[in-house]
Order: sequence, then structure tokens, then C-alpha cells
Amino acid sequence: MSAPHDKDFESIEEHEHHHHIVSPIVYLTIVGILLVMTGLTVAASYVEMGMFNPIVALAIAAFKMVLVVLFFMHVKYSTKLTKLTVGAGVFTFLVLVGMTLSDYWTRAWGRW
Amino acid sequence: MSDSQVVVHGAAEGAHHEHLPYQRHHFETYAQQSDATNFAMWLFLLTEVMFFGGLFTAYLIYRNWYYPAFVQASHQLNIFWGTANTAVLISSSFTMAMAVWSAEVKKKSSLVLYLVITFILGLVFLGIKTIEYSEKIEKHHVPGFHYSLQSFVNPQSDPEVYKEYKDKPLPYDMARHTEIYFFLYFAMTGMHALHMIIGIAILGVMIFRARAGAYTTGHVTFVENFGLYWHFVDIIWIYLFPLLYLISRHQ
Repeated sequence: MSAPHDKDFESIEEHEHHHHIVSPIVYLTIVGILLVMTGLTVAASYVEMGMFNPIVALAIAAFKMVLVVLFFMHVKYSTKLTKLTVGAGVFTFLVLVGMTLSDYWTRAWGRW
Repeated sequence: MSDSQVVVHGAAEGAHHEHLPYQRHHFETYAQQSDATNFAMWLFLLTEVMFFGGLFTAYLIYRNWYYPAFVQASHQLNIFWGTANTAVLISSSFTMAMAVWSAEVKKKSSLVLYLVITFILGLVFLGIKTIEYSEKIEKHHVPGFHYSLQSFVNPQSDPEVYKEYKDKPLPYDMARHTEIYFFLYFAMTGMHALHMIIGIAILGVMIFRARAGAYTTGHVTFVENFGLYWHFVDIIWIYLFPLLYLISRHQ
């Protein structure tokens, strides 16, 4: 439990720590894009696009989410297990929304 | 790089592995421990996705059913404050990411600084939300006994909103459904704000622990997983903002 011991810890730490450190430049770039996209989605909401207004707004939101998940939340640099977990989450969410809405939207089809 | 490289201690400690002070005994390696914790945090976030997913689904169904009411009710929201809050929250996600980075490279003072900025930005978000909520309270747009249909059955009685959108009066039956919009508005932004309040409280504790040097020892799991939580709350807002504020400006 003396000095050489700390050395051992360091060497263990070195090769056990395959942890990827994302550089601040990446974070700065991402936050820049996110803020620009926020401006863009507000600007787009002032343009009359009919049914495309919600589509554009949600597409921009989805793009922003992907950036946050991949870089801020480190999923791009994570294990396959984490990637699979995140993918499963997105898939399950889409099943929840997709199946429910397709029911509500089609329930009255052919009744008029 | 394999397990065989782990130094095994002498007979005195028996089968006890040599490991980093913050590695729990039941993990083979620290990498395994941090992967397991990361996985657990993501599982928690998936339950949160399903929780907010239910609210989002309810919103989409009711918007589809009572479309004119939802369009006019959403005209009551202030785009300026909504945009400002989005910018505040995205910036706080950035400072949180920088806090995680500071912990990873073991820079204590920069970690404390970024945690404090994140804490302040969280409070700014809640402050702006308070301004918005108080406007709804003044106009009696909080669902309940005192809910008022004035702005919807007689849009001209609400000159600020009227001059921007020129909404036609809604029939009484449809106007009543604006209450569902505001119910969902308060449920969704309220649950989001509750997550922010919990996050800010944890940040407060983290600032004190970080000053004592807690996260700059190489053991960054707590800061990292809190970062995941904070970014998740940011993502919820990234969807709430267009759905509640933006998509019904026309029509």
C-alpha cells in the first residue's frame, strides 16, 4: 500500500480506460449547428407551407435530436449494446405513436 | 488488454483482484462497470421515452380530433419566449457536455465552472417558463373551473394575439376543446419543468461534491450519467417547442 501501488493503479487505469473523450471543438460545432437549426425552424414556421409546416418542423427536431444523441450523449462512441438500446428505444416509441395514430386516422374510413 | 493483465495480489488477500479504488468488487474490470452503468442509465431513459411518448401520442390524437381548437389555442403561446428558452436549454446542454469533458480530463475548476453555468441556465429556463405560465394564469387559460373561452369565441377581445393571427371566432363547441390543448400544454411542459427542477437540484449537490474533488479522480460515471439525463430533458424540449409553439402558426 505504498508508492509503487499508485503506479499500479495508473497502469490499470490506462489500459482499462478505453473511454473515448470527445473534444470541446466537436461540442462547439454541434451547439452551433443546434442553435442555427433552432433559428431555421422558427423561420420556417413563418413561411406558409400548408401540410409541410409540421413535417419540416418535426424533421428539423429529429435532426437536432440525432445530433444531441450521437455527440452530446456520446452514442457515436459507445458500445454496440448502448447503440442497440437507443435504437430499441426509438423503435418502440415509433411503434407506440405509429400504431396508435394509424388506428385513430383510419377508424372512420369507409363509413361516410 | 485482457483480464490476464490485471495484477493479482498476494495470498493475504486471497482471490481479491487488484483494481481501481472506485471499481466495485463484482465487476471484472472498470470498463465493464462503466459499460453496465451506462446501459442502466439508458434503460432508465427508455422508460422516460415511453412516459413522455404517451403524452406526445395524446397530443397528436387530440390535435387531429380538435384541429381548429388546437390551432387557435397554440396561437396563445409566445414564440419569442419559446425560442429564447430553446436557445437557453441547448446552451445548457453544451455546458453540461463541457462539464463531462472537464471531469474526463480531470480539470476541477473548469468542471465546477461548467456545472455552475448549467445550473444557472436551468434556472433561467424555469424563470422564462414562469413568465409564460403567469400570462396563462392572467388570461384564465389554466384548465379548471376558472377556464375562460373569451380569446377563442371572441378573438378580438384578445388584441395582442388577434393582430398577429386574425383568428375567426370558434363555435362554442369547438372552443371548449382549447381546454384540452392547455391541459396537455401544462401536463407536458409541467412534467418537463419537473425534470428540470430535479436536474437542477442534483446539479446543486454535484457542484458541492465537484468542489471537493469528487469527479476528477478518473471516476466520471456520475457526471456522465447525469449528462445523459440533462441531454434527454433537452431532447424532450426540442420536440415540445415545434409541436406546441410552431406547427400551427398558419391555417
